[in-house]
Amino acid sequence: MAKAARKSAPPAAPDLDEDDENFALRSLQQAHAKNRRYKADKDELLKLYEQMLLIRRFEEKAGQLYGLGLIGGFCHLYIGQEAVAVGLQSALDNDKDSVITGYRDHGHMLAYGLDPKVIMAELTGRAAGISKGKGGSMHMFSVEHRFYGGHGIVGAQVPLGTGLAFAHKYRKDGGVCVAYFGDGAANQGQVYESFNMASLWKLPIIFVIEDNQYAMGTASRRSSAETHFHRRGTAFRIPGMDVDGMDVLEVRQAAEIALDFVRQGNGPVLMELNTYRYRGHSMSDPAKYRSREEVQEMREKHDPIERAKIELIGLGESEEALKKLDKQVRALVSEAADFSENSPEPDLSELYTDVLVERY
Amino acid sequence: MAIELKMPALSPTMEEGKLARWLVKEGDEVASGDILAEIETDKATMEFEAVDEGKIGKIVVPEGSEAVKVGTVIALIEGEGDEGDSQAAPEPEKDEAGSKPEAKEEKQQPPAKEASEAEIVKDEAPAPPRMDPEIPDGTDMKALTVREALRDAMAEEMRRDDRIFVMGEEVAEYQGAYKVTQGLLDEFGPERVIDTPITEYGFSGVGAGAAMGGLRPVIEFMTFNFAMQAIDHIINSAAKTNYMSGGQMRCPIVFRGPNGAASRVGAQHSQNYAPWYANVPGLVVIAPYDASDAKGLLKSAIRSEDPVVFLENELVYGRSFELPDLEDFLVPIGKARIVREGADVTIVSYSIGVGVSLEAAARLAEEGIEAEVIDLRTLRPLDRGAILESLAKTNRLIIAEEGWPTCSIASEVIAICMEDGFDDLDAPVLRVCDEDVPLPYAANLEKAALIDADRVVEAAKKVCYR
Repeated sequence: MAKAARKSAPPAAPDLDEDDENFALRSLQQAHAKNRRYKADKDELLKLYEQMLLIRRFEEKAGQLYGLGLIGGFCHLYIGQEAVAVGLQSALDNDKDSVITGYRDHGHMLAYGLDPKVIMAELTGRAAGISKGKGGSMHMFSVEHRFYGGHGIVGAQVPLGTGLAFAHKYRKDGGVCVAYFGDGAANQGQVYESFNMASLWKLPIIFVIEDNQYAMGTASRRSSAETHFHRRGTAFRIPGMDVDGMDVLEVRQAAEIALDFVRQGNGPVLMELNTYRYRGHSMSDPAKYRSREEVQEMREKHDPIERAKIELIGLGESEEALKKLDKQVRALVSEAADFSENSPEPDLSELYTDVLVERY
Repeated sequence: MAIELKMPALSPTMEEGKLARWLVKEGDEVASGDILAEIETDKATMEFEAVDEGKIGKIVVPEGSEAVKVGTVIALIEGEGDEGDSQAAPEPEKDEAGSKPEAKEEKQQPPAKEASEAEIVKDEAPAPPRMDPEIPDGTDMKALTVREALRDAMAEEMRRDDRIFVMGEEVAEYQGAYKVTQGLLDEFGPERVIDTPITEYGFSGVGAGAAMGGLRPVIEFMTFNFAMQAIDHIINSAAKTNYMSGGQMRCPIVFRGPNGAASRVGAQHSQNYAPWYANVPGLVVIAPYDASDAKGLLKSAIRSEDPVVFLENELVYGRSFELPDLEDFLVPIGKARIVREGADVTIVSYSIGVGVSLEAAARLAEEGIEAEVIDLRTLRPLDRGAILESLAKTNRLIIAEEGWPTCSIASEVIAICMEDGFDDLDAPVLRVCDEDVPLPYAANLEKAALIDADRVVEAAKKVCYR
């Protein structure tokens, strides 16, 4: 990865206070280093592969519909980052855990098993969309699936997620909140306000920094004094983990270590998922801040889907079967696209609904 | 069957662009995700990726072509036979016009009604009349400060519903910076009465998130001046979520604390934020004056499914008022109250301005002018009916507001009178507001900057042509 060289620099911080037994900031990273990859059988890996493929094809189609003018405004694609959402999601308990993310949210919703049709219909602004066409690409929610958005203000999901974790603890329901944000959002002040409270109150939350290396067009090294984002919890006594976000099985394994720690009531964990977005920040991206070679190198050598595919073949899956799966996924996405194009726009009467819940 | 590649739009407003460069040539095999071409407009450049796989059959538009219209076929991909059909299927249905959003709107105009019909009807029905509670004869009245009334409201609601918790700076062990939360920690414990770090942006977001997750937070700001740090979560997270989610995700939360000028604390600690919040659809904004409204409205606010900004006033906290000793005393949100009846002129006010207006009304009475004083109580939704009814009766109206005049609640009331009460007006509507300056510290300057009864009396006489 592009970051590898930078990371080999010796750690700047001296060793932490050895007398403080509770100060185990590196214990999770050590556990992670010992056992990096989840041992998936063929069926498990196939499931993860299928989810990643669905996200990839869905996002490609979304990009295409945007090009046709069917999707408006901002549209942030998740292509390249699929292993992060899929790997983490696969380790969660869908009956009690909650998830919240920023505006690059399509992939997370698909990983959560939401119907591609209602997501695509939201992107095209139709009544059948998950937010009745009133939210758009950046503002999608499914309280039923404990997916709390879909937030358009960079970093806002971090205190909101901390609030969701507060609610888990308050209700003693055993749930954990996973709050995703990017390397760009990691420089927002409210993120550190949240770290402080989450750690102070031992809230059940995993902060996941999806480091796709660029905050819009600004490389992390140009915007961040500390680019080893997993270390940024240190000042708040939050243990960090440095994870290869291009390997779905590494993500899965790391997620299990983090979840285990949080479920035991130890407070938050900060995970840095090193990943890469192949496409622009949003659809209109000048693509001038990085070289095409850099992007091609990531696609060719580190693609999470290709990697899983090679492993699947190694586990005895046939190319034939994978081709068939790809075709099924494409058909599902085409169906979602057709649905999103052909379903009606919201009724004009929806303009004034849902502003307030009650009437006064 | 060949797949047509069409000139994409980089944004919904783009109509044409330059096909700057082809990165593939005829005969190349492409897979989805491969970059095919670079497209440029005056605003941006975009890489055009393949979505389908196959062989580039023909490049129709050569590189370097300027002003290529969106939707123009620029190349053809030969599909892999069997795969081509399923992929190409949706494409031919799109005609050139179909890719233009404007054209589509016309096509979509006849709306499908069945799903939303019920809600339209529900929405057009008038809100149920919700009145102040009847106070039966013989009900004991007891004197209570506003501070105590607010505390009692929170305590009573917390006893009723264990999802309610109170969070803020110094609300627990210190017993409240202004002692509004006095005693709550003792009764409800540290899990429900929570001291926060000094981190308004953060804990407002935590509160909003907890509300989205099913709890009922009451977030105290030591003063609303500090809520400016948190206004993003009040507006972008709390107020807009229900709408953005199509009614799926609610945020029932109360943000409360003292608002407006206190005494001799200077410009940064002395501002009335009522107009700021009252500007925002999706919020309920309440600013009570006396103890019974403070209690009854805070209880209603805590029970509301909507996010509520509850604006108190530090100078009023210690004032005592008579309060009916009733179990579960709820005051309806969105209803103004006539606090003094009169036939000659209407004085509309809220919060501490009501006290000033009542003082002015007493002095006007001595001069033979009977003023009707209306306490708006709720600033959003505003009780237009109460304002217009009183105007129809007195034909003269002024507003007394402890806050700046520009884009104020007073401005809004004037607009309502102009739009819907014009024929009832016998004089221009006047506003009596604070002076349009940051609040000064010096005692004489501070006094000069804030509204007082003198100015209200003067304005009332002016509209009465006296």
